[in-house]
Formats: sequence, structure tokens, C-alpha cells
Amino acid sequence: MNTEAFLLSLRLSATVAVLLQLFALPLAYALAFVKWRGKFLVESVVALPLVLPPTVLGLYALLAMAPRGPLGKLWQSLFGHPLAFTFAGLVIASFFYSLPFAVQPVVASFEALDRRLLDASAVLGASRMRTFFRVILPLAWPGVLTALVLSFAHTLGEFGVVLMVGGNLPGITRTVSIDIYDRVQSLDYAGAQQTALLLLLVCFVVLSIVYGVNRRVWSPWPAR
Amino acid sequence: MAGEMSRAMLSVEIRKRFSGNGAAPFILDVRASFASGFTVLFGPSGAGKSTLLDCIAGLQRPDEGEIHLDKEVFFDGARGISLSPRRRELAYVFQSLALFPHLSVEENIRYGLAKLAVAEQYRRVENLVAAFHIGNLLQRRPGELSGGEKQRVALARALVTRPRILLLDEPLTGLDASLRRAIQGDLRAWNAANGIPILYVTHNREEVDAIGEHVLTLADGRVQESGVPRAVLDAPRSVELAQAAGFENVLLAKVVEHRPADGVMRVSLENSACEIEIPLGEAAPGSEVRVAIRAGDILLATEAPHYLSARNVLPGTIESIEARGVLVAIRVRTGASFLVHVTPGAVRSLELAPGQLIWLVIKTHSCHLVR
Repeated sequence: MNTEAFLLSLRLSATVAVLLQLFALPLAYALAFVKWRGKFLVESVVALPLVLPPTVLGLYALLAMAPRGPLGKLWQSLFGHPLAFTFAGLVIASFFYSLPFAVQPVVASFEALDRRLLDASAVLGASRMRTFFRVILPLAWPGVLTALVLSFAHTLGEFGVVLMVGGNLPGITRTVSIDIYDRVQSLDYAGAQQTALLLLLVCFVVLSIVYGVNRRVWSPWPAR
Repeated sequence: MAGEMSRAMLSVEIRKRFSGNGAAPFILDVRASFASGFTVLFGPSGAGKSTLLDCIAGLQRPDEGEIHLDKEVFFDGARGISLSPRRRELAYVFQSLALFPHLSVEENIRYGLAKLAVAEQYRRVENLVAAFHIGNLLQRRPGELSGGEKQRVALARALVTRPRILLLDEPLTGLDASLRRAIQGDLRAWNAANGIPILYVTHNREEVDAIGEHVLTLADGRVQESGVPRAVLDAPRSVELAQAAGFENVLLAKVVEHRPADGVMRVSLENSACEIEIPLGEAAPGSEVRVAIRAGDILLATEAPHYLSARNVLPGTIESIEARGVLVAIRVRTGASFLVHVTPGAVRSLELAPGQLIWLVIKTHSCHLVR
């Protein structure tokens, strides 16, 4: 089994899940509580990775990150090295790939909150910030946890996007799913199975935790 | 503030329009002043009572108008001023109470005191907790409280902030009368020392009598009447209000003749030959009016009564008898259809049964002309 690939995948997934949540919380707040025009456009963009083949997303990410692509150029001027086929590039591409899994559970849990609790907080003199940290977040935490875990698990299992923008550089961009693919290509079925089984177990445990904690928030299963 | 006995005046003059999704739009159009002390907001559901409170609290924004507390501007549509809810320094107890379910009772009560030093927070909580008899509940979560306890905690959380206005949206619904009276007593004692405007929304006629120094009735987004409860609610002048105020019989009537010498007029009910005498009102002979009569103000007799002061004695037939707890609702068909409330004992001793011939006895002054 390739421990290096496995650790790389864990590091990638954890980084992406945390970054995504930092981005998803304010976005979910804006989607759930603020009225604005064009909200539906943002909602569509967030949901796009759910329906788009990973190769399509990966292709556009690759074009953007290429040395002459807009993102690649910006990165080169900021950090002095290209973005494509690096770990950072992988993080950026995975960020978009797992976006819906980070945003939708949080929006759902925010929207399920009793609005009168937010009204009560405001009337009692709390700022929006205080209301967010003292009322919204503590009551919506199952949704936030679900989002964290789902985006982690989803990034762990990605293949197409990584293949497009990451290539296959050991220790840098060779994630566990790429590793499995490689082994099958080179007829190392035993090695592929070992890694696959471990990945299967990790994903199963992670999802069990989420649905064990709650299943009301964004889930393909009906409410208990 | 406690001790100072501020005598504040809240003035409201606002309009807000809600598009009705195909139905007629609802328009809240209210002009009213609220002095310190209790004002009961009374009216049928959908009259705009909660929306009015939301506008005063700053949770909904009126389309136009002004809201002032004395000289301080809460809202001024023309000048584009709308103070955020947290700067209005008022308290609002919602119908749902909206206690924070993840915080203990004590944390709930201290929630609005974040700006104060912790020692001062605890001092204030202690005072209020004693006044509202909730000392033994402080470490519990709202989910572990009974209905009455929750209502006390919600009131304490509101009052501990020393608000300048208190908005109460049916805060005591669902409580039995004795518990309700006890909490109302606590509230009254509190305001004896604080003297702020308290707007108290209720559907319950008993609460109006228990609480109300002043009542303002709303129907269909507009102020109908304003005054002391007895004057306003015992002689309602609109159909919606009559129904909300507990007048079970609101009958269509046509004025037959005026008898100014007796201060009465005769009306025929529901296009039938059935005529009754009601107090003289502003309605020309021939015009269509409505007459409101409480079900409890009608007497029943099994034989034609004589030698009575009551002027209206109508023969009829019992259509149905329905027990509703401590009273029995009897529907009687004369020319019109009347609902009569009697006690279960009366039903037994008179041996009332459907189909039976019966006489209704109604005093002239139990009949109220409504619009």
C-alpha cells in the first residue's frame, strides 16, 4: 500500500475542508439570511460541480492554472513558480470541486433555524456578529459538521479533477485514487485492493459519524 | 429607568403594504399613541397586530411614516431613518417566546446584558428572578420547562434589560386563568415601578378585562377604536371586532322603524318576520345593519314568559345541543338562528332536547348595532 499517497490525500482533504468551511460560512449566511438580486446565480454556480463531469471542471481548472492562464500568471507573479501540477493547484481545483458539499448543508441548517430566535437576539441588543456566534452557529453546528465531513470525504475520493490538474507526481499530486488507478494499470491488483479497501473504510466511518449525529441536514435519506 | 418614573410616549404613524399573492393586498395603516402603562391591542387574527409590533421593534420596515419615542426617532420614512432593533432599547416577548434552546435559563436572561459588568448582570438577574419566582429554574434548559415557566423566563429575559418599551405578543396564551392572573400581577407590580408603555396583544377577552387600562382594536390593518375596554368591547361597532370580542351572534338585520321616544328601534332579523327591539342607533329605517348579541346574554324559557322587563321574547325551536366543558351551546331557530350559552344544570332542569319549542328572552340593551 502506498502510505505516501494516502497521507497526501488526507492532507489535501483536510486543507480543502477547512478552507471551504471558512468560505462557506459567510456565503451560507448571505444565501440564507440576506435578500439580494442574483442570489439564484450564485446558488447555480455553487451547485454546478454536482452535475458537471470532473473532467470538465478539471479541464477549465487546468486552462486557468496553466502558465499562460489567468490564475497561473497571477500565481507566477506572486510566488515566482507555476501553479499547475502543484499541491496548491490541487487545493484550488478541489476547492471548487467540493464547494456544493461545503455550502449546501450549512445553508439548509441556517434556513431551518427559527427566525424569531434571531429577532430575539437583535431586540436584546446583540450585533449581527454576536447573533452569529452565540445563536446561529451553536444551533446550526450539525449542518456545519456535516459540511466539513462531506467536503473532506468528497475531496478524498476525487479522481478526475486531480488527474487533469495534478498529474501524477509522487508526494506532490499523486493522491490515493490516482495511486489505485496506477496500480490497476500496471496489473498490481493486490496493492490496488488494499488501498481501495482502506479508502472504503475511511469513507464509511466518516459518513457513519455524520448520519449518526444527525440526518436532518442535507442528506439523501429522509428525516427520521 | 427604575425609580425615575419616566412618562414616555410612543407615537406611531405608519403604513406598510403586503402584496397578497393574487389575493387583495394587506395594508397596515396605523396611527396611534401609547402612553406609559398597559395598552391592549385587540382584534381578530390577521388584523396586523404582530406586524405592528414588528415595525415598532424594527424587525420589519414600514413603507412610510414615523415612529417616535418622545423626541427620539425610531423610524422616519421621509428622512430614510430606521434605527436598528438593538438600538431601540425595547423588549419584545414573541408569541413563540423564542427562548434560546441551547442556553440555560440564566444564560437566556443574561443574554441582553452583555454590555454590563458581570457583577451587575448577576445583581439584575437576581432581582428579577425573585420577582418572577423562577429562582429554582436557572440551570435548566428551556426544553425542560413547563409552559408557564417558559413564559415567566421570557418575561424576565425581556424586563431585565430595563427596556423603554415592552411589546408582548400573546405572552400568556395557553395558561390557565389563575396562572395567567399571577403572572399579570407580577407584570403589573413591575410596571408600577417602571412606568413604560406596554403593548399587550391578546385574543382573549378575559385578559383584556384583567390587564387593560386602555384598549386599541385593530381590524384589517387599521385602528378601529380606542378607549377603555368596557366602552370599546362591550359595544363593538364592527363585525370583525364583535366576533373577536366574543359576540357569538352577529345577525343581519333591517331597520323597520325608529321609536325615538323610547330610545329604541325595531329591526327584522335575517330577512324573516322575526323582529326585535334594539337601542336606537345611526341607521335609517329600511337600511341594512348588523346586530351583535352575546350567547350568554340570551335567556331560555320553556313556556311563554309574561310580566318581564325584557322587550324581546321570541319563540323558536332547538336545533342542536352541544356540551362545551362548563357551558352548553344551544342553537335555536326562530326566524333567524341564535347561539345560546347555558349551564349544564340548566339543560338538565329544563329537560332541553333538540326539536323542542323554546322562548328566547333578550334585553334590548344586550343587542348591539355594529357596522
